[in-house]
Formats: sequence, structure tokens, C-alpha cells
Amino acid sequence: MRIWDLHCHLTGLPGLTPEERATHLLLYADRVGIERLCVYMGLRFLQNPTPEQLIQQNNEVLRALAAFPDRLFGFVYLSAEHIETSLAELERCVAHGPMVGVKLWVAGRCNNPSLDPLIVRAAELKALVFQHTWIKTGGNYPGESTPDDLVALAQRFPSVPLICGHTGGNWRLGLRAIQHQPNLYADLAGSDPTAGITETAVAALGPDRVLYGSDAPGRSFATQLAKVHGADIPESIKQKIFHTNLHRLLTPILTAKGIKT
Amino acid sequence: MPTRRTFLTQAAAFTAAPLLSPAASASGITDVNIHLHRWPHHRLPHDTPTALADHLHAHGVAQAWAGSYDALLQQDLTAVNARLAADCAKTDPNLFLAIGTLNPNHPRWQDDLKRCQQTHGMKALRIYPGFHRYTLADPAFRQLLEAATSARIPLQIVAQLEDERTQHPALQTPSVDLKLLPALLKDIPEARIMVLNASSTMIHTALQPAPNLWFDIAKLEGCGVLETLLQTWPIEQLAFGSNAPFFYWLAAKLKLQESALTPAQIHTLTHSVFL
Ligand SMILES: [Zn+2]
Repeated sequence: MRIWDLHCHLTGLPGLTPEERATHLLLYADRVGIERLCVYMGLRFLQNPTPEQLIQQNNEVLRALAAFPDRLFGFVYLSAEHIETSLAELERCVAHGPMVGVKLWVAGRCNNPSLDPLIVRAAELKALVFQHTWIKTGGNYPGESTPDDLVALAQRFPSVPLICGHTGGNWRLGLRAIQHQPNLYADLAGSDPTAGITETAVAALGPDRVLYGSDAPGRSFATQLAKVHGADIPESIKQKIFHTNLHRLLTPILTAKGIKT
Repeated sequence: MPTRRTFLTQAAAFTAAPLLSPAASASGITDVNIHLHRWPHHRLPHDTPTALADHLHAHGVAQAWAGSYDALLQQDLTAVNARLAADCAKTDPNLFLAIGTLNPNHPRWQDDLKRCQQTHGMKALRIYPGFHRYTLADPAFRQLLEAATSARIPLQIVAQLEDERTQHPALQTPSVDLKLLPALLKDIPEARIMVLNASSTMIHTALQPAPNLWFDIAKLEGCGVLETLLQTWPIEQLAFGSNAPFFYWLAAKLKLQESALTPAQIHTLTHSVFL
């Protein structure tokens, strides 16, 4: 089984430098058979980074990528609060740098059309866009998107694939929200390994719109891999979720950049 | 712990590891954190005793300490415990070890303690302070702990079952505050307590090793979480628990592979001596 991990960070690992953090992340990834990892955001979590902090966070990921170019893919961290800086970071890290995707977190909700220029430019560059989403029983952060917010964005860009981070956390509701929006993909990462998530996602979205990710190192690779290894679905569909689907989504930008996998 | 040098060597190039490395293969596993019956508000895979027994056998589980989800909301715990004992015996008495439930807020809970131990022959009991709405500071909990201790019956405290962020709005149950536990265990040194579903944060902020305190690995998260934890916690007082069928059973098993553990450590983890 080939495994690529859609969703990893450098926060919460031993080591003071991006290179040391990535070394540790890969040590654990190796033990559980993960070949390549997408990493985004820097050495600490910043929910609403300043423009300077955004640049710093992306610089940290660039250092990790330089140390392990054959193992890591980088997604550039952008913010709905800082559109100009975000556009410049797209140019620096994706157009003129090695990164292949975009990470949007909780600085602003993604249904706000002010975000549109970022999506337009990311699509031109063929960068894969990942948007964090949650539906929290106790209420979301003010700038935290729900899967419904992402559906609104996806309807404005029906030909751009967008990833629904965490499948909304409350995946029963998240899957309902994104089911009928064909350019939305489910990220299985970063929730408890609740039985049924993967079977339900495949039933709702089909086998081609479900992606394995971990949210390591905050999450254990083990608990997140178990969502797929432990699911009652055919091995051929597990392979799609672990690798083929993400590979297909990244192929345009990998080809454009001449990155061989 | 591997040295920095072995990290760098190992991370330099990828070679696909088998799903379960030889070091992580374990047989005759004791799973200390299993539930029979139905989760209150949605169906789970393997939520009949027979299906769950087949599932656990297929994964190499030899003994499963099983409570009942019926105990979360049903008030007739006498009936719940009797049904659990009967279902365990009828389905697979070698696999399932029935773990009855007490609620110290119920009148005459002491009768349930006696019935569980004397009628059903139960070897341990489980409590759910989150669902049953009390804290470890309540005098009722201390009375229950004292009664269980003098009956020489160990107690499993379920610290949480579901992430608070995804709970049903009508059934929001707080995680159990474990901060009082170390002092209580000092006061009542003969008590034996195993905390189920404690998170890494709960352990680091509330607990310190004590000879009469165990917990299971079901809710632990983070890369290499077991090898990190073992730097400060004795392995004899950690137990393999899966929180199945709410969680994928394999989540607990793969943690044994993600951490660098010796076969002896894996054996100790998967054969708890709590009882
Ligand atoms: Zn994340």
C-alpha cells in the first residue's frame, strides 16, 4: 500500500529547527509506512498571523522542504486577513518556490468573497487548496469555517478542487454538507478515530473524493491510519484514499514543476 | 530512545514498512476498554455482541473487558448489569469479561455493587462521572471508592467517551477532572483504579505515577506517544485499551508500531495485570 499523508505540521515535535522537527516527523512516518507528507505552517501554531509571521511560518516550511525534498510536499500558509501578503506569498513559495498547495486555517471564514483572489491565483498555479473546517457543538472560533462555508466558496469556483479539512470534525454533518458539491474532497485527518468515518465518507462521496491525512504530530499517525486500514471497504479503495486520489489532485502542479514521484 | 544519528539515518530514505512490523505483532491481547450494546444516538459497526466478538477475535484479542453502553443513560443499572453478564456469558465467556456499572447518585447503589460481585461474579466495575453528572470531589464518589476498595473490587473510571466538540447537543458530557485522584489514592492506598480514555493532556496535568493507578492507551494522541509517555510512567501501569467499537480497534494496535517498543514491553502492555 502506498501512503501519502495530506495533513502534517512541524509543531509539537522535539527539535528547535525545521530540519530537526522534520527529521522526527519522518522517523515516526517511516515506522508506519508513510512515503510522503504534506506539511504546512511553522514551528508554532498561529491562528491569526501577522504578515511578517506568515512569511516566517512559510520560511520554516521551506527549510524543512530543502532538507527532505524527496519526502515532503509544502503547502503555503495564507490568511484571509492579509490578502496582499498572501498573494505575494503565493508568488514566492509556489510560483517561484517548491510549494504545491495552499493552507487556509481560521483567520477568516472562507465564504467571504474577499478570499476569491487567492483562489483565482492558486488555481492558475494549479496549487491544491486546503481549507480547515469544523462544526463544533460548543461553537466555532469567529474566523473558523464550516463545511457549509466551503460549499459557498466551491460554488463560486466549481472547476477548482478544494479540500474540506477534517471533513468538518463532526463528519456526519460535514459529509452531508459537501456531498453534492463535486469539487469538494474530504480530509479524514485530525479527529478521533471514530468507527465508520471512512465507510460513511466513501458511501457519501464515492471512492475518489476521500483523502487520508493525519494532522500529525498533534495526532498520532496510528489513530489516523486506522481510519483507513481498519475500515470495512475493499483494499483497492483504501489505496485510492491513501495515495491515488491525492496523487491525482497533485499531478497537474507536480508535472508543471517537473517534480518526479 | 534512538540517538539523533539513528534518526537521521532512518529518515534519509523511505522504505515501505509492512503494516504491522514483527515488533508490533502481539497475540492473546487483553483489551481493557470495550463496550457491548448500542451507543445512545447512532449505530456503530460491530454493535451486537456476536459481531463484536468476531471482530475482536480476528484481531487477536483473547480477553475483552466489556461494559455496556446501555449504562450511560438507562437508569435501571441492575437490569443493565444483568443483561451484560448474560450477553457476555452467552456470546463468548472466554473472551468477554463483564464489567458492571455503578452510579453513586442512585439510591442503594451498594446493592448493585453486591449483585455485580456476588451474583454475576464480576471482577471489576466501571463508572461514568461525565454521563452520570458527578465529580471526583463529590462525597458520593469517595464513598463508592471506599466501598469498592473494602469489597476488593477494582474500579475503571471512564474519563471521557467522545470528543466534546462532536457531542450531541442534547447530550453534552464534560470530561472528568482527574486532579483529585492522586490525593484520593494516597488516602485510600488499597484502592485500585484504572482510568479509561484519559488524554495525554489529562495525564500530564493531573496524574502522577502511584502504585494503585493505571490507565489505558485508547485516547492517547501524538507521534510516538507511547515511547514519550514511558519516559515518565511505568509500563506495568499502562494497559492496552481500544475504546471499540466507538473507535476503530486498529487505532490502539498501530500505536504499538509507531513507538519503538521491545517485544517485552508490548507483551506487558497487552497483558494487563490490573485485575
Ligand atoms: Zn492541522
